[in-house]
Amino acid sequence: MTDRLEAVEWESPARRAVFLYVPLACFVFILLFPFYWMAITAFKPNAELYNYKAYNPFLIASPTLDHFYRLVFETTYLCWLLTTMAVAIAATLLSLTSSALAAYAIARLRFKGSRYVALAVYLGYLVPPAILFIPLSTVVYRLGLFDTPFALILVYPTFLVPFCTWILIGYFKSIPVDLEDSALVDGATRLQVLRWIALPLAAPGLISAGLFSFMLSWNEFVYALAFIQSSEKKTVAVAILTELVSGDVYQWGALMAGSLLGSLPVAIFYGLFVDYYVSALTSAVKE
Amino acid sequence: MTMATVPEQAPIDSKANWLHRLFDWKPFLVFVCLLPAAGLLLTFLTYPLGLGIWMAFTDTTIGHTGRWVGLENFAFLIGDRIFWQAVFFSIVFTTVATVGKLGLGLWLALLLNQRLPFRRIFRAIVLLPWIVPTVLSAIAFSWIYDPQFSIISYLFVDQLGLRDHYFDFLGSPWPARLSLIAANIWRGIPFVAISLLAGLQTISPSLHEAAVLDGATAWQRFRFITLPLLLPILAIVTSFSIIFTFSDFQLVYAITRGGPVNATHLTATLAFQRAIPGGNLGEGAAIAFSMIPFLILATAFSYLALARRKWRHGEDDD
Repeated sequence: MTDRLEAVEWESPARRAVFLYVPLACFVFILLFPFYWMAITAFKPNAELYNYKAYNPFLIASPTLDHFYRLVFETTYLCWLLTTMAVAIAATLLSLTSSALAAYAIARLRFKGSRYVALAVYLGYLVPPAILFIPLSTVVYRLGLFDTPFALILVYPTFLVPFCTWILIGYFKSIPVDLEDSALVDGATRLQVLRWIALPLAAPGLISAGLFSFMLSWNEFVYALAFIQSSEKKTVAVAILTELVSGDVYQWGALMAGSLLGSLPVAIFYGLFVDYYVSALTSAVKE
Repeated sequence: MTMATVPEQAPIDSKANWLHRLFDWKPFLVFVCLLPAAGLLLTFLTYPLGLGIWMAFTDTTIGHTGRWVGLENFAFLIGDRIFWQAVFFSIVFTTVATVGKLGLGLWLALLLNQRLPFRRIFRAIVLLPWIVPTVLSAIAFSWIYDPQFSIISYLFVDQLGLRDHYFDFLGSPWPARLSLIAANIWRGIPFVAISLLAGLQTISPSLHEAAVLDGATAWQRFRFITLPLLLPILAIVTSFSIIFTFSDFQLVYAITRGGPVNATHLTATLAFQRAIPGGNLGEGAAIAFSMIPFLILATAFSYLALARRKWRHGEDDD
């Protein structure tokens, strides 16, 4: 599959270099440079950070962990990390459970109007948080959840459930109906079919949806900014921007160290399970 | 063989089994399965959507339930120069960034679709900007755009000698706008590229081979084979991109907070500014409301593309 039309194209190596490798190298460089810059800034001592004349800015002369030290011991960074982790995990579990049930009903139980439910879910995915956060803030306030992590855990499913349901419908539909039908004929209940046949066979979909939801919750910003006020309850993304910047003073070293650490959990998951992310992304667009 | 996983049903007396039978009664099962998702979405998505529309016609402030004021908020916004500036920039931002993302993303997808060593690794690297929290990469961008210590300025002025003074990326309106658009394109390329790559991989190579044998040039093959077959997925990616670029918030909030002199406010950041720190929830809701026509257009576009794709492939939807 990989060496297909090239067999009939007779491309010269020079042509390949100019039209394939050079542009590709540019893309990779541009896409990765901000991360390189983030990492190198995080490990630079302040003396080097603000002196491009004496030190080459692309390298580090004497790497230091000062910025990380300050972050961990002089701010409540670890607390922010824990909050973010707890919120992301709880929101993911909540969304995954409700989405798996809903997707199974839509894909398999063949009820009247399931098409319209699927469409409504799809439309839900297209409602951006930017038009919801204002009314949601009053809802959250009236429910007494303002400034608590529960607000985020309950609100994140608004974008996670449509997404997860949408990709899980695809996975459930790919399971042969015969498997379920023969189980039903053998006397299994619907719930047993769901538990012992549909869920195990849709496991890759559940993993994709779960990883994706974790990432989306980890990265969420608008709701966390609007609904959380106390410093120690903030999520990493919001806290770095609002707590580490005092007035016009930007501590770039600490900011970059915080950004690097805050990106690490999702980056590690991503590194371990790249294929699940890609399949979740592409099935979301393709279905 | 799969049946081995289903436990044997012991004959249970009908009294203990009424629960099982209830769960096998389809309407009840459908209801139970849909309940959690529907509950969450109706409470935290549908209801706030309606509430937001109502709030746009009230004078709600923080801590004070609003009363109906009709079109007052909108009448105020029509005369508000900052609001029109935000609408204007939202449209410019969405148009330029979407065109940039789609163009570059399509190019990258075509490159990645070639025979390539380490293609999986390339694909993994390419998706990285999209995985990392946007705010955190946005902070990296504001450091890259720093007026004094920008690495781009350093390269252009001190290393290459192409300019004699540092770039002022964020200090005046148009450079700030373009800098934000560049950061948004950077963040958006991976999604477009990987989605389109998935679309490209479904195109049968034999079509290209046949066209090559018929003497078609690379451009003709792109124009008459790749593009038409990619169109459905391209349409969906485009509408996703339009919706999420138009309603972008994080990038602007993290890099410029709407400045200098409100030049880079998007409707979403302006709505936030007026509603949360400013306290005027009604006015903020009215600004957010003004995004809806735009979003409906993009959604309709996406739905039509989806319907057309179904029709093309002759799929029947059950």
